[in-house]
Amino acid sequence: MMPSLILRVMAPAVAALTLPASIFILIQGHNHPGGGFVGGLVAAAGVIFYALGRGREAAGALLKLHPAEICGAGVLLALGSGLPGLLGAGYLTHLWWLPEYGLGTALIFDVGVYLTVVGMASAIFLALLRS
Amino acid sequence: MNTILILPILAGLAGALAASRLGSAAATRLGAAVAAIAFASFASLAGPVLDQGAVSSPFWGVPALGIEGGLRLDALGLVFALLISGIGFFIFLYAERYLAGDARLKRLSVILILFMTAMLGAVTADDVIVLFVFWEVTSLTSFFLVGYDHEKPGVRKAALQALLVTAGGGLVLLAGLILLAGAAGTASVSGIIAARDQVLASDTAMAAMLLLIIGCFTKSAQIPFHFWLPNAMAAPTPVSAYLHSATMVKLGIYLLARFNPLFQEEALWQAILTWAGLATGVMAGILALRETDLKRILAYTTLTALGTLTMLIGLAPQLSLMAAITFLVAHAFYKAALFMAAGIIDHETGTRDIRALGGLRHTMPKTALAVGLACLSMAGLPPFIGFLGKELIYEALLSGEGLSLVLIAGAIFVNALNVAVAGLLGFRVFFGAEKPTPAKPHDPPFGMLAGPSVLSVLGLAGGLVAGPFGLWVAGPAAGAMLGGPLPADLALWHGFNLVLGLSGLTLGGGIALYLGWPKLQPGLAGIGAIDRYGADRGYHKGLAAILRGAEWTTLRIQHGDLRGYLRSLFLVLGFGLLAVLLLRHGFALPEFDRDSVDLRALAFLMLAGGALATVLAKSLFTAVVASGLVGFAAALIFLFFGAPDVALTQFAVETLLVAILAFALTRLSISTRDDRRGRDRLKDGAIALSCGGAVTALLLAVLASPLDTRLSDWFGQASLAQAHGRNVVNVILVDFRALDTLGEITVLAIAAFAVLALLRPMRKEKGV
Repeated sequence: MMPSLILRVMAPAVAALTLPASIFILIQGHNHPGGGFVGGLVAAAGVIFYALGRGREAAGALLKLHPAEICGAGVLLALGSGLPGLLGAGYLTHLWWLPEYGLGTALIFDVGVYLTVVGMASAIFLALLRS
Repeated sequence: MNTILILPILAGLAGALAASRLGSAAATRLGAAVAAIAFASFASLAGPVLDQGAVSSPFWGVPALGIEGGLRLDALGLVFALLISGIGFFIFLYAERYLAGDARLKRLSVILILFMTAMLGAVTADDVIVLFVFWEVTSLTSFFLVGYDHEKPGVRKAALQALLVTAGGGLVLLAGLILLAGAAGTASVSGIIAARDQVLASDTAMAAMLLLIIGCFTKSAQIPFHFWLPNAMAAPTPVSAYLHSATMVKLGIYLLARFNPLFQEEALWQAILTWAGLATGVMAGILALRETDLKRILAYTTLTALGTLTMLIGLAPQLSLMAAITFLVAHAFYKAALFMAAGIIDHETGTRDIRALGGLRHTMPKTALAVGLACLSMAGLPPFIGFLGKELIYEALLSGEGLSLVLIAGAIFVNALNVAVAGLLGFRVFFGAEKPTPAKPHDPPFGMLAGPSVLSVLGLAGGLVAGPFGLWVAGPAAGAMLGGPLPADLALWHGFNLVLGLSGLTLGGGIALYLGWPKLQPGLAGIGAIDRYGADRGYHKGLAAILRGAEWTTLRIQHGDLRGYLRSLFLVLGFGLLAVLLLRHGFALPEFDRDSVDLRALAFLMLAGGALATVLAKSLFTAVVASGLVGFAAALIFLFFGAPDVALTQFAVETLLVAILAFALTRLSISTRDDRRGRDRLKDGAIALSCGGAVTALLLAVLASPLDTRLSDWFGQASLAQAHGRNVVNVILVDFRALDTLGEITVLAIAAFAVLALLRPMRKEKGV
């Protein structure tokens, strides 16, 4: 099935808009609506749109890594973000460098959530696309 | 805090890791080194343990889960730890020669090291969870050790049987330990025993006791779980000598002894242990007479010893505990020696059939000497430690408050049987006329002979120094089993008294059994009923029944019809909710405020319209898009009523869901037309309506009850103050409840991998 011309032309533009937007949503989640989960979903939507327009290989090249690797890296990052807390109050008790800007291990944890969600949704969709 | 206590476990873990990178022989030698380090560490702690009663080392824990961790070594644990590491040392030396040239020796060594480490951990653990973990590791490693010759179906079966019985019993034990920890308010073993009155007063004390007994009985092969032990003789001899005589099967005895201070005054504890122990001993004694295989004979005599130990713990008075620990040490010495010797005979002559062996003293003089010494101890003759143990058993039985002739008769039979088996092994095999054997017999190399020699000499020495042995070993260890000090004056010779008379009776009975054995054995072996109705048979029947049951439930529940799955899911949801609401009188209507209706109500109309469109849709494609409308309407409602975060997520999820579903429908070869017949549609409609009705009733009931805002108030205040974030939802997700989120994203990742794995074979079949 050949994607429509409109989809093929628009796919990079949509991806170029959604990926930065998803990171914005991830970061502003600290004080405003957003966060790693929604951010990840938006980014996955961008990847899926790109894959629909340009095909699975192009989407894979855009991601650089295999989506399953991104997914696993996300879980590991979230797991690891709790380790510094072991020095203090306990596992997953977050530490802060610049609390007023939301900079701390909580942000690392949220990035982990983001990567897991992007990886999961992209992995499933790209696998569907291949079958 | 004592760091030496951790050393054996760290050495064991490091040793197992390192051994997996070495050659076969080097790996076994490393195992011997680890055992030596462990033995030296524990020996160096003997002084402090005898001085202070116990040393402890809290090394790690998860306080949030109530796991305090920590090791604690008292005299009881010390006896076990020294036996485990000391005998382990000789087992490694033995295994290196016994299995020399076998490619699997390295794997055996690594697993043996892990097993030894787990055993040492189990007898030094002071936390019930840590104890349980070590306990189950011994079951798991024993599975691999018994299944060494895994190409043989019979061996695999025996390994699986040992695993199912002991690891299954471990789960029962876990339940008991958790009940005990709950009743005592602490997970520490010493803490539970210290909180004795509180534990015994709780409702769960008796249940915990029974669960504990079942767990220990599976491990120590007491009736009716005894059948796995003789079958486990499928293991190579070093493993049988180590696991099935000296160490693992005694772990159940250890735990019974450990918790004896808690339950020793309970009549039920005394009765179960005494009678089950006696029954195990007598039954195993009879079964031992049927066998002709050296290892299986030894396995059954091990069962008699385990039964005797269980009985002695159940008897409760101080003397029986002294007898238990003395007999335990004596048995570990002679039985490990005899198992290794049985392996030597098998290895050097090519047969383990006792009928085919004789006159080996000419060709294997050193082995004959070691076996002779061990057998004298086993027969309970002076001045060996076995004599000391047997005398103490009789003394304890005679001095017990409830003097029972049945117990004494049983004990005499069991001990007489051990005399007879000692005769079979020590006399019949080595004396008399030489018989032709498959291989030309000769003494084994030093490594294999070291263990039997040292252990049998120790059996002699232990008896000769009865006084110090009682003062420094048996007394303190029995004290730990009692929960208080007790007199520890042991002596080899008590003069001519009733006890000595019983010993004489035992010896006479044993000799009679030995002389009658050539006639008795074929007769007993010919009784087919034992094979037909025995516990082993029951195990196989039970296993087959479980498989049939699993097959039935699989066919019933996991039938592969996707619509059937959905129907049962929604039926359970709908009727489950309705049942709970009915039973709890939960139906209620909230107050309705007519003024609060404004333009936002349009979102609800959109939602209802979407639902209606989904139901009426002619094709699945339309239905998917229409159901997306429901999702977007729900997201709008979230947005209107102050949950922007949830709305945002809902929008994103709905978009992705519609996109993926629509795409899947175009790609996968699913018929996009609804092919259900009229009756099916009616049935599904009824399920949908009841489910929707139940959820509606639930939501109305929720709205009718007053809103508890304590949690949301707290999170609202704490969010910025403690977690520096203004978005309460996100702060809860990444900070306050981060562990939950971690669990959720792990589930997501696993689901993604599962989908990838599911889609993989489809690709292969199409050859793309």
